[in-house]
Amino acid sequence: MRITNKRIFLVASLIVLIFPFIFDSAYTLSIATFAGINCLSAMGLCILMGYAGQVSLGQAGFYGIGAYVSAILSLNYGFPVVFSTLIGCVVSALAAVLLAIPALRLKGHYLAVATLGFGEIIHVVLNEWGPGGPSGFGDIPKFYLFGYVFNTPLSYYFLIWAVVMTLMAFSLNLINSRFGRALRSMHDSETASSAMGVDVPSLKIKAFVLSAVYAATAGAFYAHYVTYISPSSFSLFQSVLVLMMVVVGGITNLWGAVVGAIMITLLPEALREFKEYDILVYGLILILSLLFFNKGLVPIILERLQKGHRA
Amino acid sequence: MSVFLQFLFSGLTIGAVYAMVGLGFNIIYNATSIINLAQGEFVVIGGLLMWFFSESLRLPFLLSIVLAITFTGLIGLLMERLTIRPIKKKDLLLMIMITIAVSIVLRGILMFKFGKDPYNYSPFTEGDPINIYGAYIQQQTLWVIGITTLCIILMYLFFNKTMLGKAMKACAVDPTAARIAGINVERMVMISFVMSAMMGAVAGIAVTPITLMEYDRGPMLAVKGFCAAIMGGLGRGRGSVIGGFIIGILESMTAGYIHSGAKDAVALIIMLVILFFRPAGIFGSKTIIDLRRF
Repeated sequence: MRITNKRIFLVASLIVLIFPFIFDSAYTLSIATFAGINCLSAMGLCILMGYAGQVSLGQAGFYGIGAYVSAILSLNYGFPVVFSTLIGCVVSALAAVLLAIPALRLKGHYLAVATLGFGEIIHVVLNEWGPGGPSGFGDIPKFYLFGYVFNTPLSYYFLIWAVVMTLMAFSLNLINSRFGRALRSMHDSETASSAMGVDVPSLKIKAFVLSAVYAATAGAFYAHYVTYISPSSFSLFQSVLVLMMVVVGGITNLWGAVVGAIMITLLPEALREFKEYDILVYGLILILSLLFFNKGLVPIILERLQKGHRA
Repeated sequence: MSVFLQFLFSGLTIGAVYAMVGLGFNIIYNATSIINLAQGEFVVIGGLLMWFFSESLRLPFLLSIVLAITFTGLIGLLMERLTIRPIKKKDLLLMIMITIAVSIVLRGILMFKFGKDPYNYSPFTEGDPINIYGAYIQQQTLWVIGITTLCIILMYLFFNKTMLGKAMKACAVDPTAARIAGINVERMVMISFVMSAMMGAVAGIAVTPITLMEYDRGPMLAVKGFCAAIMGGLGRGRGSVIGGFIIGILESMTAGYIHSGAKDAVALIIMLVILFFRPAGIFGSKTIIDLRRF
């Protein structure tokens, strides 16, 4: 049987549906929900880095904008949560345009550092001028839709994973569309693809905007899930985490982002018993996986499977 | 006037540290085209080891300094041997990730050994602060600035006047060509990591009596040092030193006159402005950037 994205998608949807009936404790469901939220950020970064070839170390900035804008609008101005989430995405997209236009000239280290700088500036702004300052604020309304409030772990789990799978279907179609092909050609050679009529600058901006919208969606869903946010969740470390998810899972495959996000979310839970020394174990695992599986897990597994299939 | 001078002095002190971190970045970048994001941890390790040798073990002052620098250099060596050398295909993203991972591990070890408290030891020379037009400058500040100046001069001589330094620069521009010319590229990369770690240690040792040091100071130092390096033009030693001082001074002026919380944003905003309008930095050249691999 050939491995196609459609088949993986069906299997993944099945797992998403069955999972809560096997592991039905509130604890596992909440971790699965966080994994889903991280999947959204990771998918956005995967499109930006793996397909468009642009590095970003500032995803936490977009994530933070999504969370803060949506939380503030729904809490202080009484916006319905769906609208505040959408506005969060729009604001984040605008920020991405503002960042991407001057960043068009940059590549490699310079782009990495420019995006890192952007993320840190957002962090400082939230810290200094966000409601509640460094300690953040609470009482953010839970996500609700048509009068139904998603306030049980199970309902939020399904909400998040429905969003993940929808965006996944969208992204898979997107990368196999004209837009996606243009992105990949730009990744391989900007000169060649602009010679073929690809508008490289506008494509780069679109890729940035797309990743920012994914991250902002994740941020808004995070805020309306935990109902309490503070700037520390949107620091450089968060950007690095998202980067890790994409790299560990495999940057050249969207499913890699999902696998990576799930693994990186589970890791701290698995390391609970190391208490505050978890950071050490965490770093070691990361180094080892970078040294020995630096292509990423999903591409390596797919390669194995395909080889087995041929033999 | 005296308030202004006071801000200026504290800016110079912190600027000197940024300058040293920026220099550390440049040493590795000049030899490998890698940005080592664990650079800030070297500074912290230097300061904390100095405390360990001089205050905890009560070793003589100079011996402690030598030991702290040597051990930090060894950590740089181990880092290169264990995490940089094994990677055959040196892809930009992978290198960024691996240096971040190393910095996480180093932070974990530091917390394991030293805990979360800040550490401090007595300044190099005892004595009252010097009064200049009503502003006070600590003697340790003069040490920091003096040591930074010395390091800059040594770095300049090393990269421009010695065979080893020139060989290291050649590795960054084109490792293959350097190898054909008979340069042992692996060894140059290793030396660059050791030197850069030692440079970080020197900065940490000098500045800890003024700013104190705790295990998680590294990332912010790395970011600021990197801003300094970008400002002066990556790969330009003198540029990053001037960049470091400018950022340090602007930061302390912002904290003093505008808003203390905004100081961390200053360096980043300057960096973004420079990246967007003059990516080669104030002293760098566009041609050199285009020739670089990354």
